[in-house]
Amino acid sequence: MSAVEMQFGGFGGQGVILAGMTIGRGLVLYENYHVSLTQSFGPEARGSACSCQLIVSREPVLYPYMTNPHILVALSQEAYRKFSPNLRPGGTLIIEEDLVRPDGHPEGVQVYKVPAMRLAEELGRKMVLNMVLVGFFTAITGLLQPESARRAVTDSVPPGTEALNLAAFDKGYSCGLAQLRVPSPA
Amino acid sequence: MKRTHADPSGVLTGKHFLDGDQACCEGALAAGCRFAAGYPITPSTEIVERFAQRVPQIGGMFLQMEDELAASIAIQGAVWAGAKSFTVTSGPGFSLMMEHIGYAAMTETPCVFVNVQRGGPSTGLPTLPAQADMMQARWGSHGDYEIIALCPNSPQECFDLTVHAFNLSEQFRVPVLVMMDECVGHMTEKVVIPPAEQIEVYPRRYTTLPPAEYQAFKAEADLVPQFARAGEGYHFHVTGLTHDEHGYPAMNVEPQRRLVTRLMDKIRCSADALARNEEYRLEDADVVVIAYGITARVAMRAVQMAREQGVRAGLLRPLVVWPFPQKRLRELAAGKNFAGFVVAELNCGQVFYEVERLVAGHVPVLLEGHTGGTVHKPEQILDTILRCANVAAEVSR
Repeated sequence: MSAVEMQFGGFGGQGVILAGMTIGRGLVLYENYHVSLTQSFGPEARGSACSCQLIVSREPVLYPYMTNPHILVALSQEAYRKFSPNLRPGGTLIIEEDLVRPDGHPEGVQVYKVPAMRLAEELGRKMVLNMVLVGFFTAITGLLQPESARRAVTDSVPPGTEALNLAAFDKGYSCGLAQLRVPSPA
Repeated sequence: MKRTHADPSGVLTGKHFLDGDQACCEGALAAGCRFAAGYPITPSTEIVERFAQRVPQIGGMFLQMEDELAASIAIQGAVWAGAKSFTVTSGPGFSLMMEHIGYAAMTETPCVFVNVQRGGPSTGLPTLPAQADMMQARWGSHGDYEIIALCPNSPQECFDLTVHAFNLSEQFRVPVLVMMDECVGHMTEKVVIPPAEQIEVYPRRYTTLPPAEYQAFKAEADLVPQFARAGEGYHFHVTGLTHDEHGYPAMNVEPQRRLVTRLMDKIRCSADALARNEEYRLEDADVVVIAYGITARVAMRAVQMAREQGVRAGLLRPLVVWPFPQKRLRELAAGKNFAGFVVAELNCGQVFYEVERLVAGHVPVLLEGHTGGTVHKPEQILDTILRCANVAAEVSR
């Protein structure tokens, strides 16, 4: 397989980098992929659109930076506006449906919407929206087995919060599976 | 000197997903480093951030100092008290540490300096990569001296080469510089940390002589002197002034010649043994790309692309950049008629001049430089490979 490029974008504090890290960790540790994850570290990444980029391959990754993502996950309107024009034709766009109004991505992109914030609020902690997203991503992309992703969630979150984060993962995963069974009207 | 194995308390054995900075920290801990002093600076901060969290649990200490001068000498105090120690920095801090890199070379204090290189000069590009401190690593402090500098190209190598750096610093009693870059430091990848018993650690070279016979700077056959344990009755003097074998100032022509010659020779005479090169598709290569650190990964992609276009390219990657692997380079240059060598690096020409000096008159050398802020695109290095091949083809017509 040739490399798959993906980008996770949002605003600072949403846990978007941790979401990307969790996916990357699952792919590396439990699915034996090569992954290079880079982050935007510049002053422009503080308090506005922040992002991480992953290159996923069965071969060692040589050039470390993403060029055009196959998959974009956008948790804020700004991240959507800034990053979605780079999506590859036929790519996949995953958005937080209450936070992003999709009004300008390239044509032919498959869009999936997840109410990650609301699902997290149902668990009483909206900060776990990033793990809802990890669950949703796992279901939609099929890139890693749900058990691999769940182990990565456990590895990635603070000790003592595993159960809550896994519950968030499961909510997102179920939401994603439901959308695959019933095609989204978007 | 007999090698030993790593102290398991510092070794985070297992398969991890770490960035280069975190992996460097784990390498230091695995090598037995239990003291760091620093004045944290982007993009190296994560190394000591992790160290400050990890090391108190295994019996060590991190000190945040008032500046880089203090940090770079505090680590040397720790060494003379018996610890293994390091400091980490980036360009602006590296400039301030130059005086004490010279002091470590002169006093033969084994310690490790990590420079996660960012764009310069001055404060430059704090969050973006460059490889423009390579000659500063080589020559930055005043006077004649030799150091060892290593260039990792992945988080895995940030671990491996940091362990190696500590071992070399103990073996040769010399400051060893781990020359990372922002890209490698902030990139997260798989890092495998072996069990402690599979990690070799070079122990400090302690004298077996009684205090009355001990001379602190009298060298062994390999030109390196032995340490005395602090607090065990050995009296000795350590100074940055030119000194005799007892360590006392001896500021004349002959002691200067003896000392400086030995400081140079203990590294220069071991340069061939120190060399560590990765070679990729050199067997039939017409164009050889020479690159180190992150640029070598991009260069490997460019070599593959050149091959896809029918140009026989190869890659020589030094992991130990100083001392430069001059024997291998000269051998290579003398072995056949190459179309040329291409040196790719994130600066406007530094290692390029070293390569040119070594093979001048035998092989044309082209520079594929870059002012930093990102890494090369593979296509940029490819263009120079193709130009190199085409120029040679035209000349031969």
